[in-house]
Amino acid sequence: MSNRQSARSALLWQAVVWVLFALVIAVLPYVFTSSSSISMMSQMGVFIVFALSYNMLLGEAGMLSFGHAVYFGLGGFLTLHAIRAVNDGAWSFPLELMPLIGGAGGLLFGIIFGSISTRRGGVTFAMITLGIGSMVESSANMFTDFFGGESGISGNRVTDVTLLPFSYGPSIQVYYLIGVWTVVAALLMYLLTRTPLGRISNAVRDNPERAQFVGYNTTIARFIQFSLSGFFAGIAGGLFAIMFEIMTAPNVGLVQSGAVLLMTFIGGVGAFFGPIIGAVLVTYMHTALSGFSEGWILYFGLLFVFMVMYAPGGIAGIISAHFAPWRAGLVHRLLPGYALALVPALLAIAGLVGVVEMGYQLSLAYDPSTPIDLFYMEVDATSIGSWIVALVVLGVGVAGVLGASRVVRSRWGDVNRSMNASGERI
Amino acid sequence: MLESIVFSVLNGLLYGMLLFMLASGLTLIFGMMGVLNFAHASFYMLGAYCAYSISSVAGFWVALIAAPLFVGFLGALTERFGLRNVHKHGHVAELLLTFGLVYVIDELVVLIWGQIPVNYAIPPSLDFTLFTLFGTSFPAYRGFILFVAVAMFAAIYLLLVRTRVGMIIRAALSHPDMVGALGHDVPRIFTLVFAFGTGLAGLAGVMAGNYYITEPGMAFSMGPIVFVVVVFGGLGSLGGALAASLIIGLVTTFAIGLNYSIADLLATIGLTLGDQNFFSGLVNIDLSRVGQMLPYLMMVLILIFRPRGLMGARES
Repeated sequence: MSNRQSARSALLWQAVVWVLFALVIAVLPYVFTSSSSISMMSQMGVFIVFALSYNMLLGEAGMLSFGHAVYFGLGGFLTLHAIRAVNDGAWSFPLELMPLIGGAGGLLFGIIFGSISTRRGGVTFAMITLGIGSMVESSANMFTDFFGGESGISGNRVTDVTLLPFSYGPSIQVYYLIGVWTVVAALLMYLLTRTPLGRISNAVRDNPERAQFVGYNTTIARFIQFSLSGFFAGIAGGLFAIMFEIMTAPNVGLVQSGAVLLMTFIGGVGAFFGPIIGAVLVTYMHTALSGFSEGWILYFGLLFVFMVMYAPGGIAGIISAHFAPWRAGLVHRLLPGYALALVPALLAIAGLVGVVEMGYQLSLAYDPSTPIDLFYMEVDATSIGSWIVALVVLGVGVAGVLGASRVVRSRWGDVNRSMNASGERI
Repeated sequence: MLESIVFSVLNGLLYGMLLFMLASGLTLIFGMMGVLNFAHASFYMLGAYCAYSISSVAGFWVALIAAPLFVGFLGALTERFGLRNVHKHGHVAELLLTFGLVYVIDELVVLIWGQIPVNYAIPPSLDFTLFTLFGTSFPAYRGFILFVAVAMFAAIYLLLVRTRVGMIIRAALSHPDMVGALGHDVPRIFTLVFAFGTGLAGLAGVMAGNYYITEPGMAFSMGPIVFVVVVFGGLGSLGGALAASLIIGLVTTFAIGLNYSIADLLATIGLTLGDQNFFSGLVNIDLSRVGQMLPYLMMVLILIFRPRGLMGARES
């Protein structure tokens, strides 16, 4: 009885989270009203769907793909071609459902390429996806009718064929269209993790041999998961096409595939909500940083390498690690260590930013001696003094972080010990 | 026609041997450690840039020795302080780490050497015509690249098969515990293998940087194709890497040289298709445009019909 009750309350709790998710998406444009933030939030929605579809592979089934943009991009191209056909009067299909065209395309190509690539997992799978991704990207030169050559394919999303009385010309209407699709697609992907297919995918990820012994065909499980992931990537591509009204060959290419891997991993592959965090964070950093600094790719790369080495669960992994101490009421014991690490961590980041920005100033600027604005200071990249200061700050910060990490680790040891002890008492 | 065939063969061999210089290091590292070094082409680029910097101070011949050693040293650092730490998380984590390194190294190159190509030139002592055929000259530097690549293949092969060090390295792959029990430091062997492989990539960069152009995009243009070579030849197989490099080098070079399409071929046997035919777009594509895609297509095909590659010993 109590079991059923707790299951029901868990279900209710999940429903509340999803309603909140939808509410946040609905309310955000009233909080951030500028047109640039609305366009950024629309992008976030697109990449949330894309990153979640990627996590169906990497997180759910343990398949590391380097070619997921193929399904995203081809879905986008198909959607844009469909929109153009509607505009030419050759066809009639409501714009609200256009992402389904992308999804169907993603599914179709997922089935085609998935049948080749999913026979094996692990490193071999990664290489095959890389090869397929490169193949599709370089085939853009051949099929210029479809990919539009150098300039790509562009269209006009205002088709006059809609279900609702909106034109989808203004970006706010597109935002809500993307928002609805984001919630629907995310919910569907979440429900998929709850199906037997999702569970089998997890089994294939954790121990393919055992899954085979139990009687499941790992290839078929990977294949279905891969095709469905292609479907959702295609939907994301369709939303992307509607939002930007242009698709170019790099959208199917390795850079786009790498970007989705980056945001999914930084967000965290272990939890369902991880890729959502990653997509929001990476899109925000991309938009915010690329205006300020030449070096945003370098910062991303360093963050990613740091994550792989020290936080393989991503941001979501770091958050989930604190659930248990939180429930046990022991989080406050961890805080002093974190507070101790905060100052040297900020110092290290500041030093690093200083070194990187001055380096870019020296190598890229027309006149390297022009002072650059760093932390409300004017810094001259050509003077040795500022380099020494930056390097010293970096060194002190790193040393401090190393020292503080020892404190954090011993605090965690304490917390784990007392959680184990209280667990035994119960 | 003969002239173009001879030069296509020569250029294809050259491109193939350059590919092999890169692919050999990659397949060695994979064969020995099971690590797929995604950043291999980035080390290749580092080799070219280091050679540029060193040769501007000490000349090309010093750079030829010093730049690969330096890149190998960076590789050793990468293995010791990066890969070894994530080894416990499995091969996918190692692959992810090297993937992140691609971004970091490529951007660091821009940071240090700038966005525009650097002037890394062929040394004057090798800047002459080796021979002239059908009125077209063949530069000596191309011959030098071929010579270095062949010498490299012979050296690696002899090192692995004929020396005690090579024996221990091969044993450390298949039976790491036994090799460790015999008193060898297996992690250090792995560090050395990784340094050796990245050093080979650095050497390829030294050779190719002045033959092509030394610029920040050179890693990205070379990276995927090297992976194709390694998969095509069979993961971990040195002979397979050589065969695959030459095949892919020749195929791409020939395809780029040929301005024919299937429609032209059909026309020679007296068959013409209507312009509005569904297939007309497909058959009118020039072979030269297909050239870029061919290696990848070949890789996908071999994965379907012979998943272990040309000479691979095992499937994955």
